[in-house]
Amino acid sequence: MTLVAEKPAPAPVRAPERAPYWTMRRRDELAGWLMVAPQLAGIVAFVVVPLGLVVWYSLHEWNVLAGTFDFVGGANYEQLGSDPRLGPALRATGLFSIGLVVLNLSLALFLAVLLNQKLRGTVVFRTLFFSPVVVTLVAWTIVWGFLLQDNGGVNGFLDLLGIDGPNWLRGDTTAMIAVIVVQLFKGVGLNMVLFLAALQGVPAELYEAARIDGASAWARFRRVTVPLISPTILLTSILTVVGSLQVFAQIAVLTQGGPGTSTTVLVYYLYQQAFQFHHFGYGATISLLLFIIVLALTVLQWRMRKRWVFHES
Amino acid sequence: MSPKLKLLVYAVLLVCCVPFVFPTWWMATTSLKPVNEIFAFPPTLWPSDATFEAYRQVFALQPFGQQYLNSFYIAVLVTLGTLVVSSLAGYAFARIPFRGSGVVFVLVLAGLLVPNEVTIIPLYRMFDGLGLVNTHWPLILIPVLGAPSVLATFIMRQFFITLPRELEEAGRVDGLGRFGLFWQVSLPLAKPAIGAVSIFTFLHSWNLFLEPIVFLSSKDKFTIPQALTQYVDAYGGALWNVQLAAATLSALPVLIVFVLAQRQFVEGLAQTGLKG
Repeated sequence: MTLVAEKPAPAPVRAPERAPYWTMRRRDELAGWLMVAPQLAGIVAFVVVPLGLVVWYSLHEWNVLAGTFDFVGGANYEQLGSDPRLGPALRATGLFSIGLVVLNLSLALFLAVLLNQKLRGTVVFRTLFFSPVVVTLVAWTIVWGFLLQDNGGVNGFLDLLGIDGPNWLRGDTTAMIAVIVVQLFKGVGLNMVLFLAALQGVPAELYEAARIDGASAWARFRRVTVPLISPTILLTSILTVVGSLQVFAQIAVLTQGGPGTSTTVLVYYLYQQAFQFHHFGYGATISLLLFIIVLALTVLQWRMRKRWVFHES
Repeated sequence: MSPKLKLLVYAVLLVCCVPFVFPTWWMATTSLKPVNEIFAFPPTLWPSDATFEAYRQVFALQPFGQQYLNSFYIAVLVTLGTLVVSSLAGYAFARIPFRGSGVVFVLVLAGLLVPNEVTIIPLYRMFDGLGLVNTHWPLILIPVLGAPSVLATFIMRQFFITLPRELEEAGRVDGLGRFGLFWQVSLPLAKPAIGAVSIFTFLHSWNLFLEPIVFLSSKDKFTIPQALTQYVDAYGGALWNVQLAAATLSALPVLIVFVLAQRQFVEGLAQTGLKG
């Protein structure tokens, strides 16, 4: 009989004390990624990839109707360089943007200053100036198209004043003016409200001090108001410039780019090339040009903020 | 301010009002005028003999009720979807210190620099490849996930940044996880930002024009802005009174909500640009 020496039971092996894997930091890390995931996936799928495809398409001759997709290298860029319609399109885009930005910002600031006075009824006026912002864009454009006809309302009222109005939408210059004006009154209310909010943030003591120093109303505006609201001026100018480069519905409804090509802005030209003439490759090349312009203007404005934004929170 | 100056300011304000208010007035009143009056000279500010004939034609010539419903349900889905995507992402960027947050934020913000028009051709090809052209999917998915929701994310982030740290610390003590902190502590406080994002997202979707005309081809799929341009006679001339009646119908609901809640509207939209 063999006695098997009873081995002492091994002490249960205990895992060395280890912190749990899911620390708060790691949980946060995961939560952060999960929460940005939909946005990140969307940006990759609907912005980054399409932007890459625009570059790819721009190197191809792609005729959807004929079913051809051929690599042509820089041919689309050469075509862009020699396209007789590109100059007028850039010119129309520039005219529209400059005209709109200048008029929009000055009118918005003018109205905001008026409404910032201590007067009764400013809320009513603010509501009225703002109301076009909430009217459907195409509805607003249609009614202006109706008003601006040769025998339309605008000329009807001008006639009552003894003025013989032009056929607004059929003249090269007047068509561009009309498109700018229609967009101006549609959107100026938003900038006005942004300016109004900024004006209300200017401390009253500064005006008092300037008044005591004998500054005129204009000097107070130039030396106190403008510097203090310059961040808002920068913001509204960027938003308005980028928005003005994207104008499409107004052109499509009011003038279809005409008369001639006088209101064919870049986006409208892009639409025509791609979706009316089915030149997707060339359309992609124009898209890239539009992108570069938007990018350059935004960066330029952002750089300029050092020069004229005196006060940045 | 002297009474004389006051009077001057009021006069200037009144004159300035005309181009803002008159078109809307003209749109609504002209839609009620009989055809022979719409080009009357001198112009009439009020229909002499109001008729709803144009409104009857709005629905007779096109499935306008369906188109209205399309615009409405698309705008509602886009608004809800954008709120989900942008509040989650905005919260994470503002309050969660996770590795890579900065890089991802810059990448997402770069989306603001790419106008829809630049990517419309590849997006059209992509949705065409998926067999989703002439459906409402592109009009919903692109705004909710793509560049248009970036501004919303930015606004939500700017708002969440301003919330005091102590609030969330108190939530932690009560045993809330990250999602609990977001859902139960921070989000309920974000009502002003949610309001602003909702308003501008709804308006943006309601106004969309290029995307519908690129993606949609059958009349019963159309959205309102696109439908408005379709009221033409056999020669392509505009049926003005019908167009204006449809335009009035498209503008009225938003205008009414705006008049009732103009404070929230104006202040909400002002917020979108304030904390830049």
